[in-house]
Amino acid sequence: MRLIDILTTASTNMLRSKLRTSLTIIAIFVGALTLTLTNGIGAGISSYVDRQLGNLGANDVLIVQVADQNTGISSDAPKAYDPNRKTTTSGAGFSRAVLTQADITKIAAQPGVIKVQPEQSVSPDYIAGPNGSKYQVTVSQNIGAAHLDLAAGNNINDASTQNQIIIPVSYVSSLGFADAGAAVGKPVTLAVTDAFGLTTLHTGTIVGVQQKGLIGGGGVIINTSFNNELYNAQTVGLPIATKQQYAYALAYFDPAATTSQVDAIKAGLKSDGFTAQTVQDTIGVFKSVISGIIGVLDAFGIIALLAASFGIVNTLLMSVQERTKEIGLMKAMGMNSRRVFMLFSLEAVMIGFWGSLIGVVVAEIIGHLADSIVSKGLLSGLPGLQLLAFPAANVAKVMLLIMGIAFLAGTLPAWRAARQNPIDALRYE
Amino acid sequence: MTITTDSAKVKAMAATTNIIASERVTKTYGKGENRFTALDNVSFKVKAGESVAIIGKSGSGKSTLMHLLALMDKPTSGTIMIEGNDAGQLSGSKLDKLRNQTFGFVFQQFFLNGNASVLENVILPLKIAGVGSRARKQRGMEVLRDVELEDKAKNKANDLSGGQKQRAVIARALVNDPQIIFADEPTGNLDSATGKKVEDILFKLNQEKGITLIIVTHDEDLAKRCSRRIQIKDGKLVGDKR
Ligand SMILES: Nc1ncnc2c1ncn2[C@@H]1O[C@H](COP(=O)(O)OP(=O)(O)O)[C@@H](O)[C@H]1O
Ligand SMILES: [Mg+2]
Repeated sequence: MRLIDILTTASTNMLRSKLRTSLTIIAIFVGALTLTLTNGIGAGISSYVDRQLGNLGANDVLIVQVADQNTGISSDAPKAYDPNRKTTTSGAGFSRAVLTQADITKIAAQPGVIKVQPEQSVSPDYIAGPNGSKYQVTVSQNIGAAHLDLAAGNNINDASTQNQIIIPVSYVSSLGFADAGAAVGKPVTLAVTDAFGLTTLHTGTIVGVQQKGLIGGGGVIINTSFNNELYNAQTVGLPIATKQQYAYALAYFDPAATTSQVDAIKAGLKSDGFTAQTVQDTIGVFKSVISGIIGVLDAFGIIALLAASFGIVNTLLMSVQERTKEIGLMKAMGMNSRRVFMLFSLEAVMIGFWGSLIGVVVAEIIGHLADSIVSKGLLSGLPGLQLLAFPAANVAKVMLLIMGIAFLAGTLPAWRAARQNPIDALRYE
Repeated sequence: MTITTDSAKVKAMAATTNIIASERVTKTYGKGENRFTALDNVSFKVKAGESVAIIGKSGSGKSTLMHLLALMDKPTSGTIMIEGNDAGQLSGSKLDKLRNQTFGFVFQQFFLNGNASVLENVILPLKIAGVGSRARKQRGMEVLRDVELEDKAKNKANDLSGGQKQRAVIARALVNDPQIIFADEPTGNLDSATGKKVEDILFKLNQEKGITLIIVTHDEDLAKRCSRRIQIKDGKLVGDKR
C-alpha cells in the first residue's frame, strides 16, 4: 500500500465514526489549549522580562559587594565579628560590610576587570522642572550601556562631561512639560544637602524619557559626571574615610567576554572576599519563580493530555474491534502487518494533529483577545507587555508533543490490529 | 472480455504443473483435552484450470482446508505446495504477495465496506498492491463490467442487493488477475436464481480464462458443475470424483 493511500484510508477511517472521533478530538483540544496558553504566558512574560532586563543594566558589568554579609536568607551561619571590617547600616537595620578604597583598588587589580566604578549613592531632596514645583525623587546611576525602553530621546552618554539625566514618563507633566518629546533637551534641577545642612542646586539636561516598566525605572537616571557632582556636593564636610565607603562597586569587563571568562572573573573576586553578580544573575531568581509557575500550569496541560490519550486508546480499540473483519480481509488479501500498524497509528496521529491544531488556533485567538482587553484595562500601566506570545517554534513543539503522545496512545490498538490473524478475523461474528 | 490473463499459457501449464497440492495435511485446534483434529492427513493435487468443489457436512473441516490452501493458516503437520514449492518455506512478504496477486477470495459473508462505494471496495486489493489511483480505477471499472455492475460503481456497497454484492465480491477477487479463486459457500446467502447467476460468472471465468476454482459448498447443484468433487467427512478425505 502506498503511503498516500494509507494516509487517505486512515483519514476516512477516522471520519467513519464522526461523533466518537469528535469527542476524542475535543479531549485532545482541551489539553492542547491549556498547554499552548501556559506556554504562551510563559513566552510572553519572559520576553517582557528580557526587555525589562535591558532597563536594568548592560551585560558587561559585575555588581561587586563584600562577601561576608548576613543579609538575605541564604547565609549558613553568622559570621564572626571582624574589627577591621567596616559596616554600614541600611534601611531595615541590616548591617553589612562596605567597600573601602583599598577594596576598590583590589577589585581593579583583578584580571579581566577593565574599570571599577564605586557606587556613590546620591539622595537628592527634590527635583524641579521649568514650572518650579518640587518633587521627591530617587536617583540611580546609569549602569553601563543599559538598553532602556525609552518613550522619547536617547540613552545617556556616560562619557560625556555634561550633566545628563533621563526622567520617567510619570514626571513629564508634573515637571511642566507638554509631552515626553517636549522634555528632551530641557534642563531640570536636583537639590542635595551636605553634612552641614547646606542645600545646593545642580542642573542637568534631559536626554531621554523612560517608559514605565515592571522592574527598574520609577526614578531618574543620571550619568557619571552628574553623579560625581552631586556626590561631592552631598559629602562636603564628611571625613574622607566615610566619604570613601561604598555599598557596592561596578566592575566593567570586556562586553565580548564569554560566560566562562565572566565566571573566571567572578571566581577571582570571590577568592578575594567579594561577591560579584551580573545584572542577569540578580534577576535570575525572579525568572525562576516565573518559570516555576509556568511549570505548574504546564503540568495541568500535560495531565489533561494524558487523560485525552486514554480517550485515543479507547476510541481506537473500539474501531479495531469494529473493523476486525475488514482488517482480516485486508490481511487475507496480502496487506502486511506493518502497514496495518501504520494505518492505525496514523489515525491516532491524525486525531492528535487535529486536536492540537484546533487547540493552538483557539489559544492564539484567546491570546490576542486577552492581550487587547488586558492592555487597555488591568495592565495598561505596563506598556509593551504582551501577556501571551506564541513563537512558531513553541507552537510546533506543542503540536509535535501532542502528536507524539497520540502516536504512543495509538500503538496498543494498532499493535492489536496488526497481529490479528486473518482467519480469526474472518470467522469473527 | 478484456482481461489480460493469457489463458493459453495457463492451459499449457495445466497439463504439466500442479498449481496447488495438499500433502498429508493435518490441522488440530486446542491443547490437551480440548485438542480437536479438524483435518486429518488430507492429500490431493489440483492442476491449473480445474474447478474443484470441496463438499461435506457443516463442521467437517471444509473451511479449515480452504484457509490452509489459501495460505491464511499453517497446517499442524504436512505441507501445502504452490506450483511445486513448499509454501511453508515462504517468507511473510512472499506470502502476502502471493495472496495479493495470485489468489482471489469470495466469501459467504461478503466482507464489503458498506459505506464505501462499490468501486472502492473492488479496488482494495490493488490499493494493497500499491497500484496508482488512476490505473486501479480503470482496472476496477473493467472487472465491474465483467460482472455487469459498472452502473453501480459509484453506489454505496450497502445499497446493493445480495446477488449484486456477491458479484461485487467476485469483481474484487478478479481485480488482481488471479490464477486461483477460493470461494467459501459463495451462494450460501443467495436465493437459487441469483445463486445461479453468480455460479455462471465463476464458471465462465474458469472456462474463458482458465482460472482455477476451489469452491467450498454443500450445494449439490453447484458441486455437480465442478470438474471435480472432493468430499470431506470429520476431517478426512473420503471421496475424490472427477
Ligand atoms: N479456531 C478454531 N478453534 C477451535 N476449533 C475450530 C476453530 N476453527 C474451526 N474449528 C472447528 O473445526 C471444525 C471444522 O470447522 P470448519 O472448517 O469451519 O467446518 P466447515 O467449514 O466444514 O463447516 C469445526 O468443528 C469447528 O468447530
Ligand atoms: Mg465453513
